[in-house]
Amino acid sequence: MQFSENWLRTFVNPPLDSGAFGHLMTMAGLEVEEAHPVAPPFSGVVVARIIEAGKHPNADKLKLCKVDAGTGEPLQIVCGAPNAAAGMKVPCAKIGAELPGGFAIKAARLRGVESFGMLCSAHELGLSEDHDGLLALEEDAPVGMDIRDWLALNDTCFVIKLTPNRADCLSLAGVAREVAALTGASFIPAPLSLVPPANDARRGIVLDAPKKCPRYCGRVISGVNAKAPSPAWMKDRLKRSGLRPIHALVDITNYVMLELGQPLHVFDNACLSGAIHVRLPHPGEELRLLNEQNVTPTPDTLLIADEARALALAGIMGGEETGVTLDTTEVFLESAFFTPEAIAGRGRAYGLTSDASHRFERGVDFQLQRPAIERATQLILDICGGVPGPVEETCADEHLPLREEVALRPARVRQVLGIDLEHEDMRKLLERVYLTVRDLAVELRVTPPAFRFDIETEEDLIEEIARLHGYDNIPSLAPRGNLAMLASTESARTQWDVCHFLAGRGFQEVVNFSFVDSVWERDFCANNAPIRLANPIASQMDAMRSSLIPGLVSDLATNRKRQQNRVRVFELGRCFTRREQGAGETGEEVPGFHQPRRLAALAAGTAFPEQWGESARATDFFDLKGDLEALFAPRGLTFAPVSVPALHPGRAASVFLDGHNIGVIGELHPAWTQRFELGAAPVVFEVDLDATLSALCPSNREISRMPTVLRDLALLVPANVPAERVLNALREAAPATVREILLFDVYQGKGIESGCKSLAFRISMQDTQHTLEDAEVDQAISGLLRHVERTVGGRLRV
Amino acid sequence: MDNLDQLVIDARTAFAEATTAAELEQAKARFLGKNSLVTEQLKALGGLAPEHKRERGAEVNRAKAAIETALAERREALREAELSAQLQAEALDVTLPGRGATPGGLHPVSRSLERIERLFRSIGFVAVDGPEIETDWHNFTALNIPADHPARSMHDTFFLEGRGDVLLRTHTSPVQIRAMLAHAEKNRDCDPMPDLRIIAPGRVYRVDSDATHSPMFHQVEGLWIGERVSFADLKGVVADFLCKFFETDNLQVRFRPSFFPFTEPSAEVDVAFKGGSLDGRWLEVAGCGMVHPNVLRFGGIDPERYTGFAFGFGPDRLTMLRYGVNDLRLFFEGDLRFLSQFR
Repeated sequence: MQFSENWLRTFVNPPLDSGAFGHLMTMAGLEVEEAHPVAPPFSGVVVARIIEAGKHPNADKLKLCKVDAGTGEPLQIVCGAPNAAAGMKVPCAKIGAELPGGFAIKAARLRGVESFGMLCSAHELGLSEDHDGLLALEEDAPVGMDIRDWLALNDTCFVIKLTPNRADCLSLAGVAREVAALTGASFIPAPLSLVPPANDARRGIVLDAPKKCPRYCGRVISGVNAKAPSPAWMKDRLKRSGLRPIHALVDITNYVMLELGQPLHVFDNACLSGAIHVRLPHPGEELRLLNEQNVTPTPDTLLIADEARALALAGIMGGEETGVTLDTTEVFLESAFFTPEAIAGRGRAYGLTSDASHRFERGVDFQLQRPAIERATQLILDICGGVPGPVEETCADEHLPLREEVALRPARVRQVLGIDLEHEDMRKLLERVYLTVRDLAVELRVTPPAFRFDIETEEDLIEEIARLHGYDNIPSLAPRGNLAMLASTESARTQWDVCHFLAGRGFQEVVNFSFVDSVWERDFCANNAPIRLANPIASQMDAMRSSLIPGLVSDLATNRKRQQNRVRVFELGRCFTRREQGAGETGEEVPGFHQPRRLAALAAGTAFPEQWGESARATDFFDLKGDLEALFAPRGLTFAPVSVPALHPGRAASVFLDGHNIGVIGELHPAWTQRFELGAAPVVFEVDLDATLSALCPSNREISRMPTVLRDLALLVPANVPAERVLNALREAAPATVREILLFDVYQGKGIESGCKSLAFRISMQDTQHTLEDAEVDQAISGLLRHVERTVGGRLRV
Repeated sequence: MDNLDQLVIDARTAFAEATTAAELEQAKARFLGKNSLVTEQLKALGGLAPEHKRERGAEVNRAKAAIETALAERREALREAELSAQLQAEALDVTLPGRGATPGGLHPVSRSLERIERLFRSIGFVAVDGPEIETDWHNFTALNIPADHPARSMHDTFFLEGRGDVLLRTHTSPVQIRAMLAHAEKNRDCDPMPDLRIIAPGRVYRVDSDATHSPMFHQVEGLWIGERVSFADLKGVVADFLCKFFETDNLQVRFRPSFFPFTEPSAEVDVAFKGGSLDGRWLEVAGCGMVHPNVLRFGGIDPERYTGFAFGFGPDRLTMLRYGVNDLRLFFEGDLRFLSQFR
C-alpha cells in the first residue's frame, strides 16, 4: 500500500514530522518499507506565464521569451524548449533559484542575449524523466506562487507493507483511523453526503448467490462526459499511490477505493441488458477480461452478469465488452460486498491479482458500500457532470458477516504477555480502535467493528492490547524454567563432530542446492524417475537429488575453472528417493518419500598441498579410504567391490558397518572425468550420516604384563584374491593369544610367480597369564597357515 | 724427582695435543701403559731399600695420579667437543614450513548454526530435525494456514510433480508440529507436561532468486512451550540470543508488530548496530510470536493450560551480518576462494 503523506494528513494530522510519522506506523505493525520525497530539494521556482515567445536573433533553436513571474516587471528569458508558447503557464526558476543537484540560476548571456532566469521541464525539477519541453501547468495556476506549493511537492511517498490480517488499513481512511488511535489526534473522515436522485433511471439487482455476495449497491448516472479530464490533485494523489491515471471515470473509482477501501466498478450502462445478477457461472460460460485475457470461470468463481451474459469476475476484474470508454455517456456504478471466502484464491487460479481482489479476499468493511457509492457519485458529478438515478441496494442481511462478542479474560492477557494491566487499561486500549467493550468484571466482552476481519478470538484481542500498549513497553525477561541437565550421550556424535573431523583432515564444507538437473540423476545415479518439481526455478534444477556426489563433482569443475587444483570438499544434507507408501515408514516421515541425511566427500589433486617436505603425489582411492576409516575408528568398516554408474567399475566399493551397507567409495568414472574436464579423476565417498553419528563408549581391558611375540608371515596368494579375504581367514583361525594381525606389505612383480601376489602380515601374540613358549607360537602360526591354504589357496612365500 | 715432574708436564702436553679419542689412547699408553716410565718406576720400587721405597713410591704414585687426572680431563674435554660438533652438524633451518596438510573448514552458515545450537543448548533447548519434502498439512494447515488463506501467497511454494499433498517446506515451522505431537505423546501421563524447548535448524525452499533471495536457504526454528511462558520471556530470550550471537552489547533490538498465522501476537525482530558500516540501520533478522492456540491444538497440547513462543531466524542473514558478506548467493556456489576464508 502506497500513498502520499499530505493526503493522509487530510484525514489525521498528528504533530509529528515525516520520520516520526513513519516510525509510528512501523511500530504499530504497518511497516514502512520505503519513504521517499516526491520531489528532490530545490528552491526559487515559481508559476510564471509566458507573455511572448519570439525568435532568438542569433539562434534558430532558441526562443526569446517575455515572462510574467509575478515580480512586477516582465522578465526576459532565453529558452530552448520547443513547446514554449505565449499564454502558457510554466515553472520559472528565478535568479537566485537553486535547482536539484545544487544548480544555481544566475543572470546569463546566451548567444549574445541576456536571460534572467530559466523556464523548467519536469525533468529539470526532478519530477519525472520527461524531457519533452516545459512542464505545462494548469490555466488556473496563480502566477508568482512557489511551484512547490502549487504542485504540493513538499510531500513524502510512504510505501507500507501490510500483513494479510490488516485489511482495514488498505485505505487512507483506515490508516488514518489507526494513526488517530495511536496518537490521540482526531480522525477527519472523507466528505460524505447523500446525493439525491435526479431521475428514476435504475437497474434491477438480483443476488443469486447471497452467501458470497450479501450486499450490492448499483446506480445509473446518465449524461456523463467521460472525456472530462481528471483534476490535477486527483491525478497527483493517484500517481503518488502508485496508480497510473487513465481517464476520469476509472480514476474516480480508484480514488474512492484508495480513500475509503471500497473497490468499485463502473460499467457502460448502454452495454447492459436487464437486471444485474450476481451468480455462479453456467457450464462452459466464457468471459473476456479488461486485460484482454479470455477465461472460462471455474464453478466456484462468482460472476457479475446481466440477463444476457457474464460481465465481470466479481471482485477481481471487469469484462472488456462492458467497460467504460471515452465515448461512454451513461454508467452503471457498482459498489458491492463480496465475502473473503468467495474471492480468496480465485484470482490466482487465473494468474490474476487486482487491487480489488487483494482487498476483497482480506475483507472489506461490509457497511461501506452505500457511503462509497455516494462519494463516487459526487466526484463523478463534480468532474464529469451527469444526472444520478437512485441507489439500488440489495442486501441479504442474514449473510452479512457476523460481529460476535469475543470474551477476553484479563488474567489470560497477563499470562500470555507477561505484563500487569488492569481491566480499565485494557478497555481503554480496545476502545481506541473502535472496539465496543462491555466490562463484566470477570471478563471483558468485545465486539469488533465491521471493518475488522481479524478479531474473532481472545488471542486476537490480546494481540491488539500488546500492539496498542506497545511492544516496547513489554519487558524483556530472562528465561525461567527447570534447570534439568540435558543428556550428553557418549555413544553418539553430533553432525558438528563429523564436520570438524573432516575439516581437520583438510576438507572444506560446501552447501549445494537440493534440486539438481534430472540429467545428473539419470547419468550419475541411474535414476530414470527422479522426484521432479512441478514448478522448478530453472530447467537445470528440476529434480530432487538422490545423491550428494554430483553436486560435489560440479563444485570441483567450478573450482578447477578458477585455478583451484587441489580440491577437498564435503557436504552434509538430505537426499530424496521414492518409496512405496507405508514401507519402513515411521510417524516422523512423509509417506512415499525416503529422505535420509547423507555425508559425502570428494578429494582431487595432490594428496598434500604443494610443499618442500613431501614430493607431489596425486590423491588416490586409499587416501580417501583412510579418511573414511579414520572417521569411523575405532569401529571397523568392510568393503566389497561394486559397480555404480558414477564410479570407476574397478575402483569402487560398497561400504559396510556391522554388516549394513552404508554407502559407497570410489574413483569417479573416467567418462565423467572426461566430460567435466576434471583432469585427474577425483575420489569420492557417500555414506549415511546417521551411521557416522554412532560411536562406541570405551571400556577398559586389562593390559597383559607378559611379553609380546612378533612373527612375520609372507603369503603367496592368487592375485585376484582380495586382501580382506586373506585377513579374514587369518582372523578366523587365530587363537585367543593372537592380539593383532597387521598387513604390512603387498608385493607383486619380480621374484613372484606371475598370477600371484605376496601379502606380508605381522602377527602379534601375547597371553595374559604366562610367557608364550616357542612351541605354542609355532603351533599357532602353522594353524593359521593351514587355514589360509585351505580357504584361500595361499601358501608360505619361501 | 725432576724427571717425574717433567713426566707429568710431558703427559699433559701430549694429552692436550691429542685431538681425537684414538690419539688420546695412544698417548695414554705412552704415559700409563706397560712400557711407560711410570710403570717402570713402580716396578723398580721392588729393588729399593725399604726406607727409600716408601718415599719413592709415594712420589711415583702422585705423578701417576696427576697423569690420570689430566687424562680424565682431556677425555671429558674431547667428549664435549665431539658432542658440540655433532649438535652443530645436526642443526635445522627451523624457519622452513612444517610438513603436512592444511585444515579445511566448516561452511560459514554451519559455523553460525553450530554456535546457535550451542547458545540455545545452554538454556536447555535441544536441536531437532525434520523432513524437507513435507506434507501440506504440516507446512500449512496445522500451522493455521488453511487452503486459500492469503498468507499462502506470502510463501512461494515449490510443489512436486504428481503429488498435490506434498511440497518442499517453505519454513522450518512444520518441525514445531512434529515436535509438539511427539512431546505430547511421550508425556501423555505426565502432569504437568515438562517444558518443550527445541530449536530446528535446516534448509527451506521458496520460488525466489536474486541477490537477497535464494530458492534454498536456511532457517532456525525455536519453540518453548510450558505452563508460564509469556511474550516477555520471548523478548528476553531473543534479545539475549542476538547479543550473544553478535558478541556485543552495542546492539539495539526492537520487536515490531507483524502477522504470522501460526503465532499471535506476532512480531518481527530488527537489530541495529552502533558503529560500523551498518551504523543505526534497522535490519530484519527474525519473526516470532506466541504460539497460536489452534497450532497448539494441532500439536496435541491444551492451549488453555500451556502457552509458548516460537521464533524463526534466518541464519544466512545472521552470517552475512556477522562476517560482512553482501551476496547471499556466495553461500551456495561452492567457491573455495570464498569458503576458505571462514576456517
